[in-house]
Amino acid sequence: MLGRLQVPPSVRKGEVFEIRVLVQHPMETGFRRDMNGAAIPVNVVDRLACRVGGREVFRAELGTGIAANPYLVFTAVAEASGAVEIEWSDDRGERGQASAMLEVIPT
Amino acid sequence: MRIFAICIATLAALALAAEPQRPQPMRGGIEFQGPDIQALQADAFANPGSLWVARGAALWEERRGTAAMPCAGCHGKAAASMKGVAARYPKHDAEAGRVIDLEERINLCVTRNQKAPALAWESEPLLALTAHVAAQSNGARVEVAIDGPAAPMYERGRTLYFERQGQLNVACTHCHDGSWGRTLLNERMSQGHPADWPAYRLEWQSLGSLQRRLRACYYGVRAEMPPFGSPDLVALELYLGARAKGLAMSVPGVRR
Repeated sequence: MLGRLQVPPSVRKGEVFEIRVLVQHPMETGFRRDMNGAAIPVNVVDRLACRVGGREVFRAELGTGIAANPYLVFTAVAEASGAVEIEWSDDRGERGQASAMLEVIPT
Repeated sequence: MRIFAICIATLAALALAAEPQRPQPMRGGIEFQGPDIQALQADAFANPGSLWVARGAALWEERRGTAAMPCAGCHGKAAASMKGVAARYPKHDAEAGRVIDLEERINLCVTRNQKAPALAWESEPLLALTAHVAAQSNGARVEVAIDGPAAPMYERGRTLYFERQGQLNVACTHCHDGSWGRTLLNERMSQGHPADWPAYRLEWQSLGSLQRRLRACYYGVRAEMPPFGSPDLVALELYLGARAKGLAMSVPGVRR
């Protein structure tokens, strides 16, 4: 599964910075039917977690009310340089991940 | 001398007749969307269409077909070789012997050079490749050729554009020339320019081609939808391209 992650190229230590996530996913609600009238089973990204430098800073449980290709923006406090990693999984058990490097400038 | 003057006048009239009727002032489709949609399209990261562009960039490098050729094998870096290309489509293709749009051009390469089965209309790989190629023309001005071998298709497109269709019995021109900027249900009617397509439509929750959008218009006026790849749709794309001459491309667009 394709997903994108964006963090600022560099932040100062102690600064609040923004993490942006865009995941390509149909987010099937389970209420739709296909061309033959058969129900399309529910399949949404049900959880998404973000770790900064190995420590979890954000976790979301998404439901059927979220549109296709979910876009999430949240913030974290910069402490040390390291990898920002996101990981998600959907109802069918498919997993995806993306990562980006965060550079923290000591003050 | 007098005959000569009449000839000049007739030629001028013919040249004028060939030019499409354009709304004044020309305004791109995004200007008819709300500020939230405008912000989403302008944000290169949050624009959901960027997912397809990114996938297209990966497909560009991928080997395909029995020839095991990637697009990059012939065309190199898309940023250089595809710059401004999409702004000139639909275009008459000598080998195909007809006017084809960008999706058909990509599929010609897939079948002819990569020797792979053609990509299905509205399939993820075709949308992704189209979006990737079209995005290289961002900022370029739309300019399609409507003379020479493309002239009959242009005339066909123009006829369709002004022809009443469907149970609502309206033509494209009634909304997109006569009523643009006014409200239809809860939408503002645009001038119907193709410069931001393929675009991500929130209603579809997906990227879609210009042909899919045109089919949605047919559906909207309760007319029979032409199948994908139909000459009618390509002719309309060509007419719209000629009509949008000078507008800057901005792919992928975002629409409600």
